[in-house]
Amino acid sequence: MTANAVPAIEGWFTTGDEPRLLGSRCTACGTVSFPKASGLCRNPGCRGRDLVDHELARTGTVWSYTDAQYQPPPPYIPATDPFEPFALAAVELAEDRIVVLGQVAAGVGVEDLRVGMPVELVLEPQHEVDGVPQLIYRWRPTGEVAS
Amino acid sequence: MSAPDPVAVLGAGMHPWGKWGRPFHEYGVDAALAALDDAGVDWADVQFVAGGETVRNGYPGYVAASTLTQALGWNGARVASCYAACASGATAIEAARTRILAGLCDVALVVGADTTPKGFLAPVAGERWDDPDWLRFRLLGATNPTYFALYARRRMDLYGATEADFAKVKVKNARHGLHNPYARYRKEVTEEEVLASPMVADPLRLLEICATSDGAAAVVLTSMDYAKAKGVAAPVRIRAVSTVTPRFPNTVIEMPSFATDSAAAAAPPELTFRDSIAAAAYEEAGIGPDELSLAEVYDLSTALELDWYENIGLCKEGEAEKLLNDGDTTLGGRIPVNPSGGLACFGEAVPAQAIAQVCELTWQLRGQAEGRQVEGATAGITVNQGLFGHGSSVLLTT
Repeated sequence: MTANAVPAIEGWFTTGDEPRLLGSRCTACGTVSFPKASGLCRNPGCRGRDLVDHELARTGTVWSYTDAQYQPPPPYIPATDPFEPFALAAVELAEDRIVVLGQVAAGVGVEDLRVGMPVELVLEPQHEVDGVPQLIYRWRPTGEVAS
Repeated sequence: MSAPDPVAVLGAGMHPWGKWGRPFHEYGVDAALAALDDAGVDWADVQFVAGGETVRNGYPGYVAASTLTQALGWNGARVASCYAACASGATAIEAARTRILAGLCDVALVVGADTTPKGFLAPVAGERWDDPDWLRFRLLGATNPTYFALYARRRMDLYGATEADFAKVKVKNARHGLHNPYARYRKEVTEEEVLASPMVADPLRLLEICATSDGAAAVVLTSMDYAKAKGVAAPVRIRAVSTVTPRFPNTVIEMPSFATDSAAAAAPPELTFRDSIAAAAYEEAGIGPDELSLAEVYDLSTALELDWYENIGLCKEGEAEKLLNDGDTTLGGRIPVNPSGGLACFGEAVPAQAIAQVCELTWQLRGQAEGRQVEGATAGITVNQGLFGHGSSVLLTT
């Protein structure tokens, strides 16, 4: 991780060696949201409004995956010129019973992925703003065999 | 609740899909006039105009119904502009239908038109850090095909679908649309050509992802009494419209979201959101999938068409590839899907597309779909899903 890097967006994940996504959790019913929800709990059977910060599980399994072979349009800011394709994965976090979409760690392509494969959350620099690398969360296979 | 009274589709009209580079309201006017002429209804007699909004054309797009009413010449009609992304047309149809069923008017015009930019659909300009649609592009580079590809890959890993299966959907739809005068792409393609086209979002290739198009579609809806008074004893009838939203927790990730709802506190509903869209139409009409002659489904990608087969109850989960490969969904088969050629031949003109699906079913049910007619068609369903939780399905019968 680059020394002067900053999160590409505030309040969406913790930094450090074991980063975690930051969502919210309803203290009344336990419903988790990512990104953070505010106001009334999204569970229609709950009237809770006390939504507290909640660190999501760091690991999960791949729900599905793909890649971007063409450069996405703005407001995407490409990291390289020419554009280099990257993979994305939707990952199921078992404890939180939620599927979260993210890019996949640099160097990992669709050929390395399978539905059900275990992955963990990492932070990697994506693009630069005024020379400052912007960190984003990504999914990286843990190397364990998919069950 | 008993089945609602039907409303009549007295007229249908479209402006050909393409990249024409003209203001959207010009296409809308052409489609509206075609639908009015088809219905034999004077513009002056239209009491209500429902317009599918387009967010790409500034204020005139946001107030599409009044823009199109002005373009046709102010006639004092009441208006409603409806935005539900890809489902906008169905929402507009529902606004007109319910007004007719409430007895508040006899004749309504529903119209949707769009002018689209080239390439990926991107969010409107400006920095919007509280807008998930803007953020998914900025933070993840997640385009619309990203989401289509997630569903496609899941079919491969879970059900053993192959790239060749997906390519066959395109081959089928290209053949269906060959003789459709409103389709933008009217050219046969081979499986080899599809599989040789560039990969966009693995496993989906350029020829498997729908383009964005200019185009317009319109229908004239009336009460059954009005149709009868016009001398049309047996008009095509709308029997149900579904504009359902998801039920919590929605556990399938959907454009433009970063995540699903969490099922930590509440069990997932029996039906997924996509399953629930047509189910609501079947329930309202009291007509099931076994009674259908054909379907128009939203093939934003080849693989998504296969998902829809299952979502609308044409087959069980994981069996769509078999249905396709058996020829059941090809013209001449048991239940032809997308005889119009679908989005594969049209490309998407967002606010017009759900209305275009209804135009196609209207012509099919009248026996006027030259070159692509489903013989003896008596019932059909359209299905579609709009960004931000908008279901869209219209069930029509003779």
